[in-house]
Amino acid sequence: MTDKALKSLGDHIATSLENEVISTSVAFGELTVVARAEHVQKVLTFLRDDQECMFKQLTDLCGADYPERIRRFDVVYHLLSVQLNQRIRVKVETDADTPVPSAIDVFPAANWYEREAWDMYGIFFADHPDLRRMLTDYGFQGHPLRKDFPLTGFVECRYSEEEKRIVYEPVKLKQEFRNFDFMSPWESAQYVLPGDEKADEAAESKEGAK
Amino acid sequence: MAEVDIKNYCLNFGPQHPAAHGVLRMVMELDGEIVERVDPHIGLLHRGTEKLIEHKQYLQAMPYFDRLDYVAPMNQEHAFVMAIEKLANVEVPERGQYIRVLFSEIGRILNHLLNLTTHGMDVGALTPILWGFEEREILMEFYEAVCGARLHAAYFRPGGVHQDLPAGLADRIMKWTETFPNTLADMEALLIDNRIFKQRNVDIGVFDADEALAWGFTGPMLRSTGVAWDLRKSEPYEVYDKMDFKVAIGNAGDCYDRFMLRIAEIRESLKMIRQCLNDMPEGPVMSIDTKIAPPRRGEMKRSMEALIHHFKLYTEGFKVPEGEAYAAVEAPKGEFGVYLVSDGSNRPYRCKIRAPGFAHLQAMDYLLKGHMLADAPAVLGAMDIVFGEVDR
Repeated sequence: MTDKALKSLGDHIATSLENEVISTSVAFGELTVVARAEHVQKVLTFLRDDQECMFKQLTDLCGADYPERIRRFDVVYHLLSVQLNQRIRVKVETDADTPVPSAIDVFPAANWYEREAWDMYGIFFADHPDLRRMLTDYGFQGHPLRKDFPLTGFVECRYSEEEKRIVYEPVKLKQEFRNFDFMSPWESAQYVLPGDEKADEAAESKEGAK
Repeated sequence: MAEVDIKNYCLNFGPQHPAAHGVLRMVMELDGEIVERVDPHIGLLHRGTEKLIEHKQYLQAMPYFDRLDYVAPMNQEHAFVMAIEKLANVEVPERGQYIRVLFSEIGRILNHLLNLTTHGMDVGALTPILWGFEEREILMEFYEAVCGARLHAAYFRPGGVHQDLPAGLADRIMKWTETFPNTLADMEALLIDNRIFKQRNVDIGVFDADEALAWGFTGPMLRSTGVAWDLRKSEPYEVYDKMDFKVAIGNAGDCYDRFMLRIAEIRESLKMIRQCLNDMPEGPVMSIDTKIAPPRRGEMKRSMEALIHHFKLYTEGFKVPEGEAYAAVEAPKGEFGVYLVSDGSNRPYRCKIRAPGFAHLQAMDYLLKGHMLADAPAVLGAMDIVFGEVDR
């Protein structure tokens, strides 16, 4: 679809759902609708049933973490219309405490996707019939795709010959995980070089003295 | 006679079961031999691919995609490089596009050969798998010829493919497309009219088009209900719009239809492979956009700048402009999508992998309800599940 057609579709959605939709935008040939989290069921039902939308299939549902925001999580829905050959992305914002209404009543396919988002990010979906962990181990703690969860995790498991069972122990690394970013220092990376921690403060106090 | 209270029986199917196609654990509640409830437990092969990708540069993240659906590795890479190309606005040269289509279709045959034959084996036919794997081995040799690895190819790169086809490979593939239909016909003859095979598959695991859409089914699962939805036709990427092929559809929506549909897709793929080999133009296989594509090896032997450029690209990596994009390809199992969020740095900020098998498997409870226990392997086999992509 052309950007123009997508834009007019976005306008149609925005005018039909004035109170539920915050904004619409077109980028990279894709239409994104940002909606209010508490009304997401209404938005999805409209997108599914409206004659100009006909998004009958929930392709994907996932979380995303932006820790610097007040409401740090995004829940991203990707919908597909087989009849009209068009796609749309719906995004809602939430935080770790505010539940998002579950989309299961609109799309049964949302079931596992919401379980996965709960597992990976700790996004809570209200009225989900079976919000258990999906991909992580039985008895796993934490939400691994959050940006503040370390790549190495907190525990490692092994088979203990003495106890004849799997035991979990805190991760012990022979070498710290080394996170190189290789970015040119004069382009974009903002490092504090070792021994240079007070450089900024010194510069500031100098400014102040002037 | 006094009424006897019969308790339902709870059965653990897997995680180590040959018909579970990997590590699937299904807790089944049975009433006699009738399945009342299925609760699939997945995640036993979860490797945290999405988390790892967030910590890698784009090019380093690419090989993880081979390890998702390891049955048809290049099709997965395709979705990821397409997402990068969308964000970075990179054009792929025509020869590169043809090679991508060629190897996507080889991947489709690889996948369908494995699925059809293991599906046969799940319901008791042992011969096809022996014949099918011989052909798969030949196809993997083609993989090896272009990228040096039978399975973990890392061949599709942002901007094109890593290397051009080696001399003589096109002829070898062409020759194979002439002999393979015979093997396929033999394999087909063993199964399609076989009484046992039909009894096990016809009218098993039936759903209609509306159910398929609501449950998020794509690929052969959706097409078996008669919906002619194929991303290669409806959202043509690369040179699929120049290819002359038909979208195979079924009408009954049962396991047997899905089996027949995959055989038809193999035939269409063969057609496309031949077209690619015939129509492939000469030219570069990798974009000339030096922000993304590394300099050629020959150039690096002579030019210092090229060497520095290569070093920069393989240590710092390239940066992808800020934004978010969703790219999907018609992988053999269905729609394989990558939702990529970039913050403008040299690593993905978020990379969600949309695996077709995940959506298919979650309908297991819905599809199996009321079926016999012995139907479970048939339904699972016709779904085409590989745990690399379901668990990620």
